[in-house]
Amino acid sequence: MNALMQAVWVLVFPGFLFLFVYALFCEWLDRKLYARLQNRVGPPWFQPFADFVKLLAKEDVVPKGASRGFFLALPPLAVAAVASAFLYVPVYAERAPYWFQGDIIVVAYLLSLPTLIFFLAGWYSNNPFSSIGATRAVTQLLAYEVPLLLVILGPALISGEWSVSGASAYMRSHPALIPVQLLGLAVAVVALQGKLERVPFDIPEAETEIVAGTFTEFGGRRLALFRLATDMEMVVGAALLGSLFLGGYGPVGPVPGFVFFLLKTLFIVFLLCCLRAVSARIRIDQMVGFCFRWLIPAAVAQVLILVALKGWWLP
Amino acid sequence: MARVKIPVGPQHPALKEPALFMFDVDGEVVVDAQVRLGYNHRGIEKACESRSYLRCIYLIERICGICSHSHTTCFCQGVEELLGLEIPPRARFIRTVVAELERIHSHLLWLGVAGHEVGFDTLFMYTWRDRELVQDVLEMISGNRVNYAINTVGGVRRDLDPSVVEKTLRAIDLLEERTHYYQKVATGETTFMARMRGVGKLSREKALELCAVGPFARASGVDIDVRRDDPYAAYNEIPFQVIVLDWGDVLARAVVRVLELYQSYNIVRYALKSLPDGPVAVKAPRKVPPGEVVSRYEAPRGEDIHYIRSNGTEMPERVKVRAPTLGNLPAVVESLKGGYVADIPITVASIDPCLSCTDRIVELRDLSSGREQRMTWQELQSYGARWHGR
Repeated sequence: MNALMQAVWVLVFPGFLFLFVYALFCEWLDRKLYARLQNRVGPPWFQPFADFVKLLAKEDVVPKGASRGFFLALPPLAVAAVASAFLYVPVYAERAPYWFQGDIIVVAYLLSLPTLIFFLAGWYSNNPFSSIGATRAVTQLLAYEVPLLLVILGPALISGEWSVSGASAYMRSHPALIPVQLLGLAVAVVALQGKLERVPFDIPEAETEIVAGTFTEFGGRRLALFRLATDMEMVVGAALLGSLFLGGYGPVGPVPGFVFFLLKTLFIVFLLCCLRAVSARIRIDQMVGFCFRWLIPAAVAQVLILVALKGWWLP
Repeated sequence: MARVKIPVGPQHPALKEPALFMFDVDGEVVVDAQVRLGYNHRGIEKACESRSYLRCIYLIERICGICSHSHTTCFCQGVEELLGLEIPPRARFIRTVVAELERIHSHLLWLGVAGHEVGFDTLFMYTWRDRELVQDVLEMISGNRVNYAINTVGGVRRDLDPSVVEKTLRAIDLLEERTHYYQKVATGETTFMARMRGVGKLSREKALELCAVGPFARASGVDIDVRRDDPYAAYNEIPFQVIVLDWGDVLARAVVRVLELYQSYNIVRYALKSLPDGPVAVKAPRKVPPGEVVSRYEAPRGEDIHYIRSNGTEMPERVKVRAPTLGNLPAVVESLKGGYVADIPITVASIDPCLSCTDRIVELRDLSSGREQRMTWQELQSYGARWHGR
């Protein structure tokens, strides 16, 4: 019975299947909203799924000179890393299916794995566009990862709980902390946009500059998996921010709690989409400069505020 | 990272038409750049030699999908000069109106493309939506959205009736309002400005030395505009300003184009309000007396030059087209050097390259030795017969 429950948790709900469906839904929502903001019609609801199936059916090509082993291994690895991270985020209950003290660090680590995987994918593609994309991806990683980690650790610092579930529960029981954390939320949303490589930070895959960057040589089911990994990363990232900054799944019971979880993640997705619609792609040097000049100081300020709060007002 | 060679083209998402830019890149910095053309050569000049002047217009209209009116006006002006033909004032005004509407649609298109090149797709979608307004006006005036086919030797082929004039004026008002909005959006968006300012610098000296033309040259402080310097159509009767800025970067090129939009709106308004009465065309003889002529025209992208030589028959002996993009390519290659890889698309786009206009030549090279080859007309014909006979 217990083994069966665990299998359901991991594979169906709130694990892989739910994440898969919700990720494709969020991709659709993002694309539709983006289109409406641009005065376009946008795709029908099943478009991301249709794209996925279509890509799966395409011819599988590993280019000459590229590393075959990496080509085979990397795409599933990216999906696996993101899907594992999702198991530690509470969806419908007080605690996520799996949790332990310190799982915030694990989630942050698992979420930065895809970027490293994209780097390897680009580096071993043997294509100048891919190599440039790969170096850009890693350069960018060093810039946004620091502020993101700092603000994600904020709730853990103040609650003394080093699990996503615990920090989320603490935020829920202290709703007054939510406005205090707004600065942190803003930093996290911007950094998440960088992590997801979306405008204005879609520098590693800038279409007009370097074709598709790291993904230039990828097609068919490998590209489908990479895209799925990015979609899932958006959901997991949004869920993580929702949990840590907005109090997670909700105050009451599993079903309304689940609805709250959806609303909060969709809100983050909405913010990400608006950010994408109103800005142009910046250059890699501008991106790094922006992160070090604005995001990191803001993140440090947020941490200091929380530390001061904990020291003086909260016992 | 070591030095690598990056090919941009012949097929690349940043280029809407085939051309090859070869970049020597050191990390993210462009060290050297070369350009290679000839992928879009269609033999239009040669084809003109076996067509009557009237049929040439049809062919020349198809040199470009954006500035089709520019090329036909340039050609018709040249033929009219050879014939010693004076076209009616109303025809000159209608040519001017269509020319400025074409400039408006070309500049709006460019603004959208510039947005797309730096990843600001929202601007792209908005400008292209409103570009439909001017496309509709052009369709209403000429019956066509792209190849207006309004020019003929001796005047224009369609008249403007009062209801068309009124509708055009209304569309122009709306467009002007929208342009103000885009100006506000584009200059207010920090990321967009960060991508334009100080990028693709070209000094005035370099622009003059490398013979840059059009908005590209005017953004580097070169005060040239054929409309004012060598007036044609009705430009000597219409007041307008030539926009010149001396910043020399991509931002300046964008601002020059946006300010030119306002000038174009005023020109169209003025021309439509002071449209003279009378016929729209005079009859032109079929045979053109021997002679040669160079005709100049300020296309949306810069100075367009047509050279026509006639031999007294009804077909031209030689037609040569120098499109503005060809004049701008050496200068843009210069302005790319020392820039970032990320700035390549927007810098190349800043001349508004039109390669189907430009490609008037194709180089034959031996595959093994790489040496240049020549083919005579007979050889080419027999090669063509062999190729198609397979």
